[in-house]
Amino acid sequence: MKKRRFSLLLAALLTMAVLGGCGSDGTGESSGNNSSTSTVVDNEVQEPQGEKTYGGTVVVGIQQDIDGLDPHKANSAGTKEILFNIFEGLVKPDENGNLIGAVASDYTISEDGLVYTFTLREGIKFHNGNLVTCEDVKYSLERVSGLLDGVPLMATMKAVQSVDILDEKTVQVTIGEANPELLYSFTAAIIPAGSGEDENAELVGTGPFCFVSYTPLESIVVKKNPDYWQAGLPYLDQVNFKIVASAETAMMELKGGSIDIYPYLTESQAAELSSDFRMVSASSAVLQALFLNNAEKPLDDVRVRQAICYALDGDMINEFLYGGNSVLASSAMLPALKSFYVDLNDTYGTSANVEKAKELLAQAGYPDGFALEITIPSNYEVHMQTGEIVVEQLKNVGITATINPVEWETWYSEVYKGRKYQATISGLAGDLTPGYIINRFQTESGKNFVNFSNAEFDRIYQELQAIPDLKGREEPYKQLQKILNREAASAFIQVAPTNTAVSNKLAGYRCYPVYVQDMSTVYFVK
Amino acid sequence: MKKKSNGKWNQYLIAGLIMTGLAVLLGIIGFFWTPYSTTAMSATEKFMAPSWKHWFGTDNFGRDIFSRVMKGMGTTIVIAAFVVLFSGIIGILLGAVTGYFGGILDEIVMRITDAVNGFPSILLALVMISLLGKGRQNVILALGIVFVPSYVRIVRGEFIRLRDADYISRARLMGVGKLRILFVHILPNIFSVFWVSVMIGFNNAILAESGMSYLGIGVQPPDASLGKMLSDAQSYLQTAPWYALAPGLTIVWIVLGFSLFSEGIRRRT
Repeated sequence: MKKRRFSLLLAALLTMAVLGGCGSDGTGESSGNNSSTSTVVDNEVQEPQGEKTYGGTVVVGIQQDIDGLDPHKANSAGTKEILFNIFEGLVKPDENGNLIGAVASDYTISEDGLVYTFTLREGIKFHNGNLVTCEDVKYSLERVSGLLDGVPLMATMKAVQSVDILDEKTVQVTIGEANPELLYSFTAAIIPAGSGEDENAELVGTGPFCFVSYTPLESIVVKKNPDYWQAGLPYLDQVNFKIVASAETAMMELKGGSIDIYPYLTESQAAELSSDFRMVSASSAVLQALFLNNAEKPLDDVRVRQAICYALDGDMINEFLYGGNSVLASSAMLPALKSFYVDLNDTYGTSANVEKAKELLAQAGYPDGFALEITIPSNYEVHMQTGEIVVEQLKNVGITATINPVEWETWYSEVYKGRKYQATISGLAGDLTPGYIINRFQTESGKNFVNFSNAEFDRIYQELQAIPDLKGREEPYKQLQKILNREAASAFIQVAPTNTAVSNKLAGYRCYPVYVQDMSTVYFVK
Repeated sequence: MKKKSNGKWNQYLIAGLIMTGLAVLLGIIGFFWTPYSTTAMSATEKFMAPSWKHWFGTDNFGRDIFSRVMKGMGTTIVIAAFVVLFSGIIGILLGAVTGYFGGILDEIVMRITDAVNGFPSILLALVMISLLGKGRQNVILALGIVFVPSYVRIVRGEFIRLRDADYISRARLMGVGKLRILFVHILPNIFSVFWVSVMIGFNNAILAESGMSYLGIGVQPPDASLGKMLSDAQSYLQTAPWYALAPGLTIVWIVLGFSLFSEGIRRRT
């Protein structure tokens, strides 16, 4: 008897929890088309007015655990977006996509593009109070470029031949081949000499926030750097990056007030949040795709991959997830890099072409389709929802797709590193250089987790390296995109806007064209 | 127990039968036919409030919630039924043997059931899913194992009570085989007690399955399941409250109906 009551109670509670939520502000009746939806697409959201105040603690929700605290070895975009607050390079990107001096106050590049000369910023200090010396810069640059142990930690920095200290304030970097995209690589973090190999070294950088603690699967806490070189920044005393495993939990925490800032919301979720938050939307630098393992049967057949591209209805995915506000992608280049980007959406069309897809499948020997397993990191609500739509679209051409949701850590080791998967939905975060995303499709690239292999692509990419000016690289980059598109290296979907919920108590949040969360300019409004 | 004067039918039984019957009927129909496809999406029809066209409204992908509830209800009921079947059969076998014979086997089995009972059941199921992998069969297996101890205890208790009853001693004296005594002489006499625990177990299984799907380790999308629908709906409580209400109330309906039904059965005897 007792047990039965318990089960009844549980059932009732389950509904109550659900009912309780919509009764909280008494407007459970509101329709989906109310005004809050329109504010989402509006980029000019009004910042709360008021006096800037110093101090306070902000909690930022993040989607995944970080993959390490070594700024040179961190691989995932989700780690880099946080370390941005702790570490800085000689230069760093600003919110307009320009590179500004950070550890270096000034730099010059020689006429032939082979010598970079950096002048250290006067009086810049690490978080432990030590002045940044040329030794530290030399060590950091040699570490990332592989001059220390032969293993370059940043592929683009392989070009560095020597790092020389000219005087107390000046460092000169000599590279083998002129590369107009290289300057961006000097965003690599400057850390104290020797600290990378020292297990017990303090984790210090020069960024606006100092590292305090890291609890795996829980949070990363940083506190204000009082000696930060940008006068007056940062405002906040402490920032707590809280790892939230699912979008549903994040929504609950936002509503409950335990998270102040949360990026990566879908449009419907953004519309759901109350007036305590405002939505800051901007174009993201994340290219979402249904990545296809080119080495795995039957995806090794280009016709099968093309059939999948034909089967997908990009317009529908865009409409469901972002109300039509994302930019459909057709290859591995961010549309924001205008002069390098070529729009190839016409090849497979932006809506589904079922006949063409079936025809190609039949030619490839799969007239009745096949079974496809799509592995998705389940902490990414956007990818999970995309997955549901993709499964449905593939069904229309006879492909029986199933979703295999996995934890982020599993995804990273099995899919990204281990390349043991058929298909996956994920995003690639780009930066401001055109080569950043596309270079991973070289056959030998360690980041080529889709196992794409095309001799023509490799050749053009190699030839491109010798072109010293950006203008001259535009055409080859477009050719590379056309090859990826023609060969259907993967089914590229979209570059989505980021919808970031920011508490109305806060102002100063800035969206970057790269995947970072900059907390230095955020402040509480009085 | 004395028979009540109101005879074979009572309000509990009637209400329970109607509610359970409707749920089971819709669930079964849902396997073969639903008013709309449970997976077909439509951008123009997302978040439609309940209407004559879509009785329970539509979800964030423009899918008909009533159809998905039908399908999800069927899945949940079938999983719960298999869980009860699985754990019930094992429970009877283990309970009968340990209760009737006692001894060292009894000790071992009872200590194991104690150990299983010592864990919070949903946690144990979580651990098992992480070992076995996700999917329907594994949910049945995991919940089945978690639910076995409760049946073992009940069946064992009854067997202990009856093994020394006069009619059993006499059957033994007459040389009736052990298996026959266990399953022909004793088993039918414990059914009234066992039936009650099956009823409770069924409801618990429904809630446990919903809970697991809610946590994302039960039935996987895009298959419909009540728990998963609840968890998806959570993000849209204000814009589309009907999305959460439909699966939530359906769970209440099934559990309440079945509880009334079992209460009715109990009062009838």
